[in-house]
Amino acid sequence: MKTIFGVLLLVFQTSASIAADVVLEDVDIDIFDRDSLRRGAGYFVDYCQGCHAIKQIRYSRIAKDLRMTEEAVRQELMFAGAKIHDSLTTAMNPIDGEKWFGVAPPDLSLAARANGADWLYTYLKSFYSDPARPLGVNNAVYDKVAMPHVLWELQGIQKPVMGKQDDVPVIERLKLAKPGTMTPEEFDRMLTDLVNFLSYVAEPSQLERLPLGKYVIAFLLVFWVVMYKLKKQYWKGVR
Amino acid sequence: MDNKIDNKARSLLRWIDDRFPLTKVWNEHLAKYYAPKNFNFLYYFGSLALLVLINQIVTGIFLAMHYKPNADLAFDSIEYIMRDVNWGWLLRYMHSTGSSAFFIVIYMHMFRGLFYGSFKKPRELVWLFGMTIFLLLMAEAFMGYLLPWGQMSFWGAQVIISLFGAIPYFGEDLALWIRGDYVVADATLNRFYALHVSAIPLAMLGLVFLHLVALHQVGSNNPDGIDIKQTKDEGGVPVDGVPFHPYFTVKDTVGVVAALIVFSLIVFYAPELGGLFLEHANFEPANPMKTPEHIAPVWYFTPFYSILRAIPDKLGGVIAMGMGILVLFFMPWLDRCEVRSIRYRGNVYKVALLLFVLSFLALGYLGTQPVTPVTTIFARLFTAIYFAFFLSLPFYSRFEKTKPLPARLTEEIIPLHKREGVHWEWIRKSLAAIAASRPYQRATEYAKAVLDRFKKIDVKS
Repeated sequence: MKTIFGVLLLVFQTSASIAADVVLEDVDIDIFDRDSLRRGAGYFVDYCQGCHAIKQIRYSRIAKDLRMTEEAVRQELMFAGAKIHDSLTTAMNPIDGEKWFGVAPPDLSLAARANGADWLYTYLKSFYSDPARPLGVNNAVYDKVAMPHVLWELQGIQKPVMGKQDDVPVIERLKLAKPGTMTPEEFDRMLTDLVNFLSYVAEPSQLERLPLGKYVIAFLLVFWVVMYKLKKQYWKGVR
Repeated sequence: MDNKIDNKARSLLRWIDDRFPLTKVWNEHLAKYYAPKNFNFLYYFGSLALLVLINQIVTGIFLAMHYKPNADLAFDSIEYIMRDVNWGWLLRYMHSTGSSAFFIVIYMHMFRGLFYGSFKKPRELVWLFGMTIFLLLMAEAFMGYLLPWGQMSFWGAQVIISLFGAIPYFGEDLALWIRGDYVVADATLNRFYALHVSAIPLAMLGLVFLHLVALHQVGSNNPDGIDIKQTKDEGGVPVDGVPFHPYFTVKDTVGVVAALIVFSLIVFYAPELGGLFLEHANFEPANPMKTPEHIAPVWYFTPFYSILRAIPDKLGGVIAMGMGILVLFFMPWLDRCEVRSIRYRGNVYKVALLLFVLSFLALGYLGTQPVTPVTTIFARLFTAIYFAFFLSLPFYSRFEKTKPLPARLTEEIIPLHKREGVHWEWIRKSLAAIAASRPYQRATEYAKAVLDRFKKIDVKS
């Protein structure tokens, strides 16, 4: 009996760990923009793959979908020792990751499907300096986040502007306190490319699925007209 | 030459017919099965249910070739299907969209039964077999949903199986027996897979067979709810019936292709359907250490899930949810009105059915939402309406003021000008007002001009 109550209690309680009223920004991604995907893949390898894997995709698939030669993939995306049909793993051992950050950095293969592109984009933009946290940063979308602000050098350092809502202090917005090597516009573009790449990785078959649909539906429409005429013909005599 | 082949074919058929009732079955169930000729839109859903069933079986067989029923491999094997198996994504989306489509079709099919009284004498067994298929479908969908081994798969199964624990005395043991472990685990995944791919589909196929045999024994109902066998011609053929083949095979194909168009739109352009058909949280691998903040079953279970959550007592909730499904079995005996079709029934049933459908939809919506005090009040209100529909039915249905039944079938759909009741009067008036308005007239003039131009092009070519 106790376990049922326990489970149901977990079901009915609403968690407060993730701020619910954060307004997500709209990210304008296009998975058919191969240039953006190639840039995104580069950013992923440079900034994310140190800790995060995307084990569900292979280098060879990226080469095919992003229209890159094997040589280009080898030079731009692959680490020494990796083979072309290998998947994008990380060098970090999950046990080490848990020791260092309190939680092993998750595999990002399906991050864009589980959380949504808008969430990823807003999340990556919303790190702010918080000396109370072990790594000196917190996140306005994901409170008490374990991840460090990997892109700080590019974005710069943000500080929160506090306001009050029902007498509780809340973050109104984030202000750039110290500029990074990129302008805010450049940084937004870079994040768009990165999120675009993660959205592609979450479902590579989109590149096949979306263009195919119109042919299937066009065929079915023609087929429907034929069947409808045939039905009319058969039913002519029935009053 | 043709004659020779014809003779050969005929002798082959005779050879088969001596050993197997091929011609007999063909005639009894297709070529000489007379179905009422005024079937309307709501009558497409029977054949569509067969279509989705076949879709699920065929795509399911191919998915089973690549899927691994193992807690360590299941999630990744689905992604392997999505990425590395040729056309794997299409198979998977056809299967996942198919499961939602199955419920849409079945709910429409059941609504048709309530609307035109298809469950009433002499079709009680058709209804009971159908309800059993519905029950099996729910089990099939529930077990299938565990297989991707995502967060919602895991926690959904955890919550639902633990409900069995609410049964007094042996509940906990029963839940343990179902899971095969103290929590949902590899053992659960394995047995759910076995049941999902063999036991339940086999039982479903058997019941679909019985459902059709029982239906063909008594004949199909129709929108007028009258018996077409009452009026027969000299040859003993119902005058208001048409042979199922070719009339309804060709008509149902039109419905099948139309349904496939809608189906393809979802499969190719919105397979998640905004998180309704494939929940976002299920793209995260199952993690027994991390409870999602909001566990919601897939949309087709949410009406019953809402009933469960509406009752403050756990055991009471489980009983109410079970009764919410079981009570449907008793429809043939709860409804004591002799008249079948809603067309000739009293206003009480019309209003009651409308309220029932609205409460079902409202419960379905509430089941997808997190619980708040306000949603709980609404869920209780709609649960009360849901059950009131069934509980009040035996009392008023007997004394209903029904309209006289026609001797022969009438229209497929009653035309607007023949419809009775104040609300139809309002609709007629507002439609007349729109038709009289200047923008509408201009639009029709323009449309007519365009059509005329098209017609001219046709003549020239």
